[in-house]
Amino acid sequence: MTIRTASRGRAAATAAAVCALAVSLAACSGTTKNDSKDDSAGGPAASSAKADPNAPLKKNLTMAFLPKQINNPYEKIVDDAGIAAAKSFQGTAKEVGPSDASASSQVSYINTLIQQRQNAILIAANDPNAVCGPLKQAMKQGIKVVSYDSDTAKDCRQVFINQASSESIGRSLIQHIGEQVGYKGKIAILSATQNATNQNTWIEYMKEELKDPKYKNMQLVKVAYGDDDDQKSFQQTQGLLQAYPDLKGIISPTTVGIAAAARYLDDSSYKDKVVLNGLGTPDQMRKYVKDGTVAQFSLWNPNNLGYLGSYAAAALASGQITGAQGDTFTAGKLGKFTVGKDGEVILGAPTVFDKANIDQFHF
Amino acid sequence: MAMAPDTRSPAPGAGAKAEPPLTAGLRMRSVALRWDTAVVILLIAVFLVGLGTTDGFTGSGNLAFAFNDISEVALIALPMTLLVVAGEIDLSVGSMLGFSSALAGSLWNAGWAFETIVPVVLVIGVLGGLLNGWLVTRVGLPSLAVTIGTLALYRGLASVVLGSDAVTDFPERYANWTANTTTVPGTFLTYPIVLFIVLAIVTAFVLHSTSFGRSLFAIGSQEDAAFFAGIRVKRYKLLLFVLTGLFSAFAGIIFTLRYGSARADNGTGYELLAISAILLGGIDFDGGKGTLVGAVAGILLVGVLRNLLTLNDVPNEVQTVVTGLLLVASVLTPRVIGVITERRQRRAAMAAGPAGGAVT
Repeated sequence: MTIRTASRGRAAATAAAVCALAVSLAACSGTTKNDSKDDSAGGPAASSAKADPNAPLKKNLTMAFLPKQINNPYEKIVDDAGIAAAKSFQGTAKEVGPSDASASSQVSYINTLIQQRQNAILIAANDPNAVCGPLKQAMKQGIKVVSYDSDTAKDCRQVFINQASSESIGRSLIQHIGEQVGYKGKIAILSATQNATNQNTWIEYMKEELKDPKYKNMQLVKVAYGDDDDQKSFQQTQGLLQAYPDLKGIISPTTVGIAAAARYLDDSSYKDKVVLNGLGTPDQMRKYVKDGTVAQFSLWNPNNLGYLGSYAAAALASGQITGAQGDTFTAGKLGKFTVGKDGEVILGAPTVFDKANIDQFHF
Repeated sequence: MAMAPDTRSPAPGAGAKAEPPLTAGLRMRSVALRWDTAVVILLIAVFLVGLGTTDGFTGSGNLAFAFNDISEVALIALPMTLLVVAGEIDLSVGSMLGFSSALAGSLWNAGWAFETIVPVVLVIGVLGGLLNGWLVTRVGLPSLAVTIGTLALYRGLASVVLGSDAVTDFPERYANWTANTTTVPGTFLTYPIVLFIVLAIVTAFVLHSTSFGRSLFAIGSQEDAAFFAGIRVKRYKLLLFVLTGLFSAFAGIIFTLRYGSARADNGTGYELLAISAILLGGIDFDGGKGTLVGAVAGILLVGVLRNLLTLNDVPNEVQTVVTGLLLVASVLTPRVIGVITERRQRRAAMAAGPAGGAVT
């Protein structure tokens, strides 16, 4: 049985009518991007209150870590360290979060934390903007918001704990791999999700660094995305080497990606032909460093990142800092930190791990 | 196939004349109705448990948030209910949501007026639905296979249109309309949910009080019989696919405004959320059975339950297990009830003995 042409004609007519309507609307003055208020110009959401660096650290603070996804091994380390740090100033912290790293998945958790009247929320954002609405609601209700690992839009949090300056991470990864491949040949990047704020910032700086004349014989041929999923990262590695058999190096600035890529290289004919570098954890990478699949990789200490996050949230909740540039606070054993531009607090330079030092680290 | 006992052919392979679909539908409804009632009762129970045990449940804007948070899935589930009743399925809805979001984002970036973007995106939704419906009704392919294909196709198109960008800064006056902080004064109802309620009432009327709705039940329980009874099976199905496409595109607009972020991966997995919610509400996956009240109760139950479990810090994995168990129960219970009723009837017939069958 066929749809009669009359009805098809009618459908087409309807579609045409709607299109015509759309076009005629376009002719009227509608709301376009240029009329929209540009919110991104706003700075960090520092409150108007004055910071009092000598205020005592409040006791019994409640805080929650909201990672990109609950089963991300790296963020688990950060959050566990943060939870332990909270105990040291008699606060309680917990980790809650979604099982998938999509833009929308964190939002319902933020709502929950508002209802639970937590003193502070520490978030590693899957999407800088999707979490904004509820985070602003949280701040309106006096809840302090700290982002870590992956930033939100600047006006949706008070402080961003940056593991290392994004620029130094991006540039150093290119410098390292440049040395390893002799500044010659094709390289590729294996990233996490397409929208991960931190990944994309680092990749921007990698591209910046590659503009330096000393890299003129190196080409970045592709940025692949493994979505921080082991299986998918493994397949993407395979795909890269299939597509570019003469590939000289892969940079994977994500712990899930580098481990999956190392696993693939370890059992493949490319083992000694392709250099793998990036950001990984010593426990995941130990085996591959020892068997020569990977010569070196880098990372900041995630324990310290969580520790610093906890103390920054406590300093905010106690009124020692507001998130304004120049505020200072002491983060326990890590010492004194100063809030920089846009509410950024920088942890420090990443550590390079190789055969010589890897056994000194366990995380 | 989980055919209900009433509609099962007396002997396999025998060209036994099946019951007229309408009476079969009605008879089955009495069974399905029990499950509907159970879901409604469960919904009320979960609500009362929330009121009794969890502080934040009625806290500042929590209910508004909880319901607003399922508004896109709920909107998609309405035409999906009609489609499943008619014995078809559309798995491309989550991808269509993403495609609509990505398209809205890229047109917004290109400087189009938002008032123009909306109708254009809706037309794309209609076209996507037409493609699904055409492949199913004209080419005669099974909808499960077709929409698995278009699930990938529309998601792929979303990535083509927007790549890995995330587009933000949509007009505030429209974004506010979708925000969970904007409610109908004096209630916890947000505007997307108000829209859902209105559309749910319309859908309930169409499904249960019009000849069109009755035709859908007929198509779902016995497609050939419906066709020979003069029902325009293919045209109706095509219309339903167009509706799911349209609603998915519209849900994409709401999603984009609500999160303030247009992305190609928006709405990933929403097809399963929508389908599982209506199955939970007692809509039979084989078509021909179910009520819209049940479907709506199923949707709301998913939303309230998720909110309540999250408020009580129940880990995500456990939440998934709870939802899964509920879903299995919802598919299983009507079957079990059906089998029990059948046995009882058989026993009653046996007890009536040889004299049985005499019509008094």
